[in-house]
Amino acid sequence: MPGAIPNPLRSELDRRLPRIAGPSVLVLFGVTGDLARKKLLPAIYDLANRGLLPPGFGLVGFARRDWEDQDFAAQAHEAVREHARTPFREDVWRQLSEGVRFVSGELNDDAAFDELARTVRALDADRGTGGNYAFYLSLPPKLFPTVVKQLKRSNLAESEDGAWRRVIIEKPFGHDLESARELNAVVDDVFPPQSVFRIDHYLGKETVQNIMALRFANTLFEPLWNRNYVDHVQITMAEDIGVGGRAGYYDGIGAARDVIQNHLLQLLALVAMEEPVTFSADSIRTEKQKVLEAVELPEDLATGTARGQYAAGWQGGMYVPGYLEEEGIPANSITETYAALKLGVNSRRWAGVPFYLRTGKRLGRRVTEVALVFQRAPHQVFSSVDVEDLGQNSLVLRIQPDEGVTLRFGSKVPGASMEVRDVTMDFAYGQSFTEASPEAYERLILDVLIGDPPLFPRQEEVELSWQILDPIEEYWAKEGRPEQYEAGTWGPQSGHELLARDGRQWRRP
Amino acid sequence: MTLYLPRTTTSQISEALTAERHSVGGGALNMVLTLIVVTDEADHYDAVRAATEAGREHPSRILALIRRDPDAEPAIDAEIRRPGTAGPGEALLLRLYGPLGDHPGSVVTPLLVPDAPVVAWWPGIGPANPSADPVGRLAHRRITDALRAADPVADLLNRIRNYQPGDTDLTWTRLTPWRSLLASTMDQPCGWVNGAEVTAEPRYPSADLLVAWLADQLEVRVERTTSNGPGITGARLVTEQGDINLQRYDGRVATLTRPNQPDQTVALARRRPAEALAEELRRLDADEIYERTAKFMAAMLDRTEEPV
Repeated sequence: MPGAIPNPLRSELDRRLPRIAGPSVLVLFGVTGDLARKKLLPAIYDLANRGLLPPGFGLVGFARRDWEDQDFAAQAHEAVREHARTPFREDVWRQLSEGVRFVSGELNDDAAFDELARTVRALDADRGTGGNYAFYLSLPPKLFPTVVKQLKRSNLAESEDGAWRRVIIEKPFGHDLESARELNAVVDDVFPPQSVFRIDHYLGKETVQNIMALRFANTLFEPLWNRNYVDHVQITMAEDIGVGGRAGYYDGIGAARDVIQNHLLQLLALVAMEEPVTFSADSIRTEKQKVLEAVELPEDLATGTARGQYAAGWQGGMYVPGYLEEEGIPANSITETYAALKLGVNSRRWAGVPFYLRTGKRLGRRVTEVALVFQRAPHQVFSSVDVEDLGQNSLVLRIQPDEGVTLRFGSKVPGASMEVRDVTMDFAYGQSFTEASPEAYERLILDVLIGDPPLFPRQEEVELSWQILDPIEEYWAKEGRPEQYEAGTWGPQSGHELLARDGRQWRRP
Repeated sequence: MTLYLPRTTTSQISEALTAERHSVGGGALNMVLTLIVVTDEADHYDAVRAATEAGREHPSRILALIRRDPDAEPAIDAEIRRPGTAGPGEALLLRLYGPLGDHPGSVVTPLLVPDAPVVAWWPGIGPANPSADPVGRLAHRRITDALRAADPVADLLNRIRNYQPGDTDLTWTRLTPWRSLLASTMDQPCGWVNGAEVTAEPRYPSADLLVAWLADQLEVRVERTTSNGPGITGARLVTEQGDINLQRYDGRVATLTRPNQPDQTVALARRRPAEALAEELRRLDADEIYERTAKFMAAMLDRTEEPV
């Protein structure tokens, strides 16, 4: 039997065999950062521990530190011990650490990149990594041009003999349409579009992928999933923390650019999209793109949007400072820490159904969820007194924490009188599968190494999201200071009024 | 918390479980399956422990059936470990006395989680015909372990003759890491495979399954050679461009050698029962590849046993 395609040892029926990445080197820029330490390095170990990395795998760290290979390995070891999801096994670590290398240098230092090129080629020779390189830029976007140019200069960007090159970039993908295009031009210049993987770690979450399973694998929900039954949709991502150590990045960016542009609009796309023709990357992205193209802004941005800035207050038993008092934030900052929008989707399925999006820092608790709120029954046989306590039926997709799905509906209260009250039916991921759920980064890194793109947004989607957000940001910039809201509450008054105007209210998640 | 119900009946056990649900709320309805463990007093501790560990991935109601003195009066002693005692699922240890031991189906039927699939597991010596067994009949999936028998290969062959969709054996599950590594070596161009060899300790059915799998999928002749173990110690694919060789002598770390490439080491630990069981519970449909491979193995071994 010949090697490679199709592999005679693989069969569609043989579902015990996992997808394993091919021989490759992962080059990690920004290894000293928080993300690398808390998420990326542990995720790489977890993949190795689950047997999903090939024997020929190399991990190269690049940073300004004056480290040797073993210093980096020691750092990685500590990060893995502390943050890995799966139990620590010495054999797995030893095998992984044999392929760990470190290159020390500045990003604009030609010699350091020549050293990097030598290091990965040496890995090809010692470890059989096959000349396949993935570059993970865990760096601020302003450094991308430097790195990408250096990769080109040191001939690391070009592949030979069927080997692949992939580049992984993290959000933010620019801060408006123009900068997103510039950033893309820089990367596009060196890497072809199919080799660029934009990580939105939300899309790697099991619960987000489950949105598609819930909608398209079942018969129960899809018939209700349209304007005939849905009254409106609420998408919430609330954080209980303040701006903390990200002050330098956050000020001038704000909640809408930080969260709505990527996570919330991607969630909206997944919830509102039509059924893709197949479950392939292209079909899914096409459907998502169609929804984003159909998104419509409110006519009057003054009544269709809301923003706020957290003020000092008591939260979770602690007194916390307001945004303007945080270290590194100018006292006259007009950056919003709370943003809410009302969007429409111009399609036959969704015409007239508002999508309310909100995000904020220092809100009541940390929660991300999508709620479909259904219309009230067109006619009630029960008297209005009997159904006084009955709210609107709703289906809540809980993305984090406490991942799962909740269905709210009315039920008779036990007793002699006919009284109907809301009850919940609950499915919790934590109880039905838990431990098997991989971390989002595990899934995404594996997908990059295998070269499987469905969970990564395309440049077109990024640009469309900016097209939605840019007019709102321009409007806000003219409006001056955002409204203050007390820390630990569910946002400013204007946020509540946004729904109250339509005779609705936010769910308390 | 553990609740003891000596000399009880299944309806009393059901009542205790329902009362439990009412007092803590939620509970049993989230369970994804019922796992029946057919075991004995000596084995039950390890078996229930492995099942509980696997249950962390698949919250289940574990029903451990422990057979006691067959000459005693018929009775059930129940021990209920509530959810949260050991993982998210609950465990029921049922000790069956007297002739009741021959009719475990009557005890199990009222205690199955509604709608959820039923899996039967024999951690010790399993029945020769699992789907005809009184417990196996109730189950969608039947998991046996030939390695525990006095003659493991014969035990497995015996069972393959009675194969029904839903049967699997842990000797096949233990093979998955080997199979996935071998498959991944062939994801890269490697030239035509002309033959193969599998080395393992004698009387180790996993090795025979690996031989059958390679021979069947690659359509080549596969040698079976013996070593001192532990388990499988090596697999070799003979290709036009040279050998692809995977060797593991210590049961923990393997070395992969292939033409024109440096030697690579890879962690390839032998699997614990809980890991193997968790993998089994992940797939509740019939394993067609196992069926095909097991039948191929039976045919191969039958041929070699024929007098020349």
